[in-house]
Amino acid sequence: MTDLKSILVKFQSIIALLVLCVVLTILSDKFFTLENGWNIARQISINVCISVGMTMVILTKGIDLSVGSILAFSGAIAAGLLKYGLEIPSMNTYIGFTVFGAILAGLTVGGGLGVLNGWMITRFKVPPFVATLAMLAIARGATMLWTGGFPITGLGADFAIIGTGWFLGIPMPVWITVIVVVLAVILTKKTKFGRHIYAIGGNESAARLSGININKIKTWVYAIAGILAAVGGIILTARLDSAQPNAGMSYELDSIAAVVIGGTSLSGGRGSIMGTVQGALIIGVLNSGLVLLNVSPFWQQIIKGVVILLAVIMDRLNHPNED
Amino acid sequence: MKDQPNIILQAKNITKRFGGVIALDNVNLDVHLGKVNVIVGENGAGKSTLMKILSGVYPEYEGELLLNNEQVNFNNPKEAMRKGIAIIHQELNLIPYLSIAENIFLGREIHNAFGILDSRQMVKQTKKLLERLDCYLNPKTLVSELRVGEQQLIEIAKALLEDAKIVIMDEPTSAISDTEVESLFKIIANLKKHNVSILYISHKLDELFLIADRFIGLRDGKTVGTIEQVEGATKDDLIRLMVGRDIKNIYEKDAVTFGDEILKVKDICLPKATNKSCFLIENINFSVRKGEVLGLFGLMGAGRTELLETLFGLHPKIMTGSVFIDNKEVKIKSVMDAIQNGMGLVPENRKEDGLVLPMEISKNVSMACVDKVVKNGFLNSELESLLSKKYIESLNIKTPSEKQLSKNLSGGNQQKVVLAKWLATNPKVLFLDEPTRGIDVNAKNEIYHLINTLAKEGLGIVVVSSELPEIMAISDRILVLSNSKISGEFNQGNANEEAIMKAATA
Repeated sequence: MTDLKSILVKFQSIIALLVLCVVLTILSDKFFTLENGWNIARQISINVCISVGMTMVILTKGIDLSVGSILAFSGAIAAGLLKYGLEIPSMNTYIGFTVFGAILAGLTVGGGLGVLNGWMITRFKVPPFVATLAMLAIARGATMLWTGGFPITGLGADFAIIGTGWFLGIPMPVWITVIVVVLAVILTKKTKFGRHIYAIGGNESAARLSGININKIKTWVYAIAGILAAVGGIILTARLDSAQPNAGMSYELDSIAAVVIGGTSLSGGRGSIMGTVQGALIIGVLNSGLVLLNVSPFWQQIIKGVVILLAVIMDRLNHPNED
Repeated sequence: MKDQPNIILQAKNITKRFGGVIALDNVNLDVHLGKVNVIVGENGAGKSTLMKILSGVYPEYEGELLLNNEQVNFNNPKEAMRKGIAIIHQELNLIPYLSIAENIFLGREIHNAFGILDSRQMVKQTKKLLERLDCYLNPKTLVSELRVGEQQLIEIAKALLEDAKIVIMDEPTSAISDTEVESLFKIIANLKKHNVSILYISHKLDELFLIADRFIGLRDGKTVGTIEQVEGATKDDLIRLMVGRDIKNIYEKDAVTFGDEILKVKDICLPKATNKSCFLIENINFSVRKGEVLGLFGLMGAGRTELLETLFGLHPKIMTGSVFIDNKEVKIKSVMDAIQNGMGLVPENRKEDGLVLPMEISKNVSMACVDKVVKNGFLNSELESLLSKKYIESLNIKTPSEKQLSKNLSGGNQQKVVLAKWLATNPKVLFLDEPTRGIDVNAKNEIYHLINTLAKEGLGIVVVSSELPEIMAISDRILVLSNSKISGEFNQGNANEEAIMKAATA
């Protein structure tokens, strides 16, 4: 009896996902098709990338509200450099960028902003909520400045492959996401760094007294969150063949939703990358299903909110003794 | 003719189950009016569960409660409070950024017809209440500015506001200094005068004789007997009541031959971060040899914990002085440096600073030396299990497996996990800050023997304890701290309680 219960608890996200799929398959003949499957996978790939970073942040008892803005800025940087290069009038220089160079620059900018988040949080003890809220505004403003408020489009076929291409019968964004997830699972479960993330979230004070360099680990975690937001930004830009100044608005909320639905505790120390992937899948499948069923977008929002609440209530019931 | 005791509260055949586990098994308990009723028992004996039933935290149980011979059943703590039963919890439940008066009147604020608070009235009543307890704090003081002992007093005042007839105190002296204990005992005496009945739980057997009117023993969820005559009763009687067997109470340390000097500290100072001319510890010099157990005694605030923290690299920027290990000067700028130089620290508060409670035992054990369980760059769970199994065996940690979450262990076993974490780093010097706080008698004895064994293996050990009998039993040498400075040094031979206490209050 207790065994059955603990199995149910352990696999509750997967069970919820399966039930959801079965119901949608019955309700719509368009749901259970290969085409729709790839659609969902492509759509959630960006959220999964961001949410992997968010999971690590939340495991340390932090939060990162700036991922949507960092996504937009990194995407815009990559697009701008690719299309126009970098002109430095004062030095009379022009630097052109290859696709690879532009992507690298985008990732660097994302990581850099993440490091800045981490620095504020560890050096100046700014609460993560506030530090990343400020970054949300700053990076969005920087995106507007960089783009002048207009989309940067026409980025070329080589770049577009990242968002729209296929490799071995699987869409490129899905490949990228799978690689990100596999690396993140290894990082969190199999390395010293990952162990320290869990230790810090479980009890920061005990972790410090065990000789763990809290500031270093935290800074890295925010840097990774920034880099993964940039990965999302590059996929999105490539898919649309356009860097939109308002890209990624409120993505941080979808990401937090995926993490929470996936069973990661906001009080830190408990949760997993695979849980978050399941959380993102639930959101993605639900979105797709509701669209296929012609549910009004207004109702879609409400349903999503209810699902988040249900997930957290289940989590509370399973872990009654946590704050 | 013997006086017939006046029984105010009676618990009859109380049984409480949690799932399949029986926490209380047919417990009978009488609370005598105007007396200090002391409950003794090992950890896990069911004391806290019983208190939670009496104070309405657990409304579901078998058996009955009689208050003044009238059957009562509390659905929540508020109902118990209304009937005059108040509980002062081990952890204080005050709100730091509210004033004393606001805390005392929390949930029963005085207000006028428009809902506007009458703070003048509340302050006035608080003042009266505090005066009853011989306390002259300003009711407008923020609770965050109070010492722990004072905060406890506020909790008691809160209970008195509700006109509590029975006050339950769960380990009230575990976090306060000896002077504060003294004033707490005065308050208890004062309450008795007003015919308030006290139910008192504590692990500190020595202090109980100062206040107890009677003892009730609880063991494995059963009441095992009472001692109605406190006069003439001894500590051994109490221990027999608790554990039901004669355990060797006074632990005897084996003689150890000391080796070379392993740790020496010179002129260690730690100024206050806010005021550099004020010291938390000042000019501390001492040394420890291999195999030696050095006891550090001092009252609350004397600087014991600060000293260990400073040596362990927690205040690298403001500390001054030098540290030598194996006769070589070492620079300790971080906890990492301390660990690499062979130091380990078992902190005072194992739940807050010692363990990651939601993590497995094995992961806690490897936490300070993760590199030992890394193979080819990745964590290796086999190595990790082996490492923790080694210590589960050698320290006799009671657990079904090394994968058990640390939060599911008893206090004594948790403490052993913290100890295992440090032993796994192969330290040369081990700092133990209150290593037996809040753990039961048997576990305490085990820890004492472990300390002895480790010393024999050649470790240098520094133990901080605020329990005199403990520090006298386990140390080869005792340093006394008072007002941030060393105020006395005693060898095992010439140490006696009065002399040490005198140095501690110097």
